[in-house]
Amino acid sequence: MRPLDFDYMLSILPVLLKYLPLTMGMASISMLLALGLSCLVAIIRVLQIPILNSLSKVFISFFRGTPLLVQLFLFYYGLPQIFTSLTALDGVSAAIIGLTLHFSAYMAESIRAAILGVDRSQWEAARSIGMSEGQMMRRIILPQAARVAAPTLVNYFIDLIKSTSLAFTLGVTELMGATQKEAAGSFLYFESFILVALIYWVIVEILSHIQKVLEQRLGKAVAR
Amino acid sequence: MISVRGLKKSYNGQKVLNGIDLDIERGERIVIIGPSGTGKSTLLRTLNFLEQPDAGTISFDTLKIDVANASSADIKKLRLHTAFVFQNYALFANRTAQENIAEGLQVVRGWKKKDALKRASEILSEIGLSDKADAYPAALSGGQQQRVGIGRAMAANADLILVDEPTSALDPEWVEEVLQLMGKVAAAHQTMLIVTHEMRFARDIADRVLFMEGGRIVEQGPPEKIFSQPDDPRLKQFLRKLL
Ligand SMILES: Nc1ncnc2c1ncn2[C@@H]1O[C@H](COP(=O)(O)OP(=O)(O)O)[C@@H](O)[C@H]1O
Ligand SMILES: [Mg+2]
Repeated sequence: MRPLDFDYMLSILPVLLKYLPLTMGMASISMLLALGLSCLVAIIRVLQIPILNSLSKVFISFFRGTPLLVQLFLFYYGLPQIFTSLTALDGVSAAIIGLTLHFSAYMAESIRAAILGVDRSQWEAARSIGMSEGQMMRRIILPQAARVAAPTLVNYFIDLIKSTSLAFTLGVTELMGATQKEAAGSFLYFESFILVALIYWVIVEILSHIQKVLEQRLGKAVAR
Repeated sequence: MISVRGLKKSYNGQKVLNGIDLDIERGERIVIIGPSGTGKSTLLRTLNFLEQPDAGTISFDTLKIDVANASSADIKKLRLHTAFVFQNYALFANRTAQENIAEGLQVVRGWKKKDALKRASEILSEIGLSDKADAYPAALSGGQQQRVGIGRAMAANADLILVDEPTSALDPEWVEEVLQLMGKVAAAHQTMLIVTHEMRFARDIADRVLFMEGGRIVEQGPPEKIFSQPDDPRLKQFLRKLL
């Protein structure tokens, strides 16, 4: 066994960290878009809006039933061949679209379950005072469902951050891509990848901590 | 005047409302009594479209709704004419007492938030809960929650308040304060349709008592008549059981 080259690790740390904003940026944008889309899909499912409900079921089934990597390749390499106007789709955009759709499918089911968990009396009270279905969802049901779903959604965000590393297969130089490049130059694969693993780990630990605090706060707020 | 004609509702082939006809005068306070499972709740709920009725018409003055073909605009109008007080209070869990009362004014009736909250605060003082304005429902007693529920219905300024067993879910210690508030609302000649098992209360505040059985209004009349000289054998039996 050879000793680890700590000096090398220290020297590439700042280089890798320069790509952290791109990784977190892709993750955050995907998460925000996925939150919007998954809420929409969940509401369509809950209110059983005709046609859209069937489409949502297929959407959820497909994006949960196929590997993320396959979906990313489909968007980046496949779609532009069919829709020639998409040729300009760069790796970052393709990754964001793929991650958004993939995680929306999972999050929609969690949000749906949380919505259905909101007591029937809340729906009836909202309808009885004349709220539209949209007002009821936005003002009464979703805020209560969000409390229930929040810890799960943080889990998905954690998963999403790690999944952005797949964007490197689309030629995106994010955290993982940058590490791969460094490693290919220095041949110090172990040092490079253990370092990037540690970076992901620290980020996830920070988020897990935030999640715990969030859970405690929400737990208190809904305690009866 | 409010008119209901031929209102019908079935669940999976089981007839729960067998063609209800009912005229309600403005300011009239009507109490509905009857054994459980006879469609009292269903009647109130169909009048507010919490349940879709199968057939019949519901009219509020010039607004006439054929329930089988009601559009969502019709339903909304109907709901603006009515307010509902639920057995289990059904306060919005993510809104304070004051916000619960203001919500409908602000969101459905388009009041400015400031005005809605101001009106809510006036109502809170009428129902004796000014000190609980900022409390969430989870922090209120059952009696307080139901009083806010009644306050929410008062805020709607509805032509008709539908009240479904307002005290049935309450611990006995809170029943009196809720009945007192109901009595106060009734004393202001608010048009109301109240389902209750509190016969003393019914006798005190009702202009008319309806006895329902098997999805029909079997007998109706002023409380003195219904409680002292009932005609229908089923009503007699129902009253005998209560004593
Ligand atoms: N959502 C529902 N689905 C199926 N059956 C129902 C539903 N709601 C009420 N019922 C049935 O309708 C009948 C009348 O119920 P309800 O109106 O609640 O009676 P009441 O309020 O007089 O006790 C009962 O037999 C009840 O089981
Ligand atoms: Mg009932």
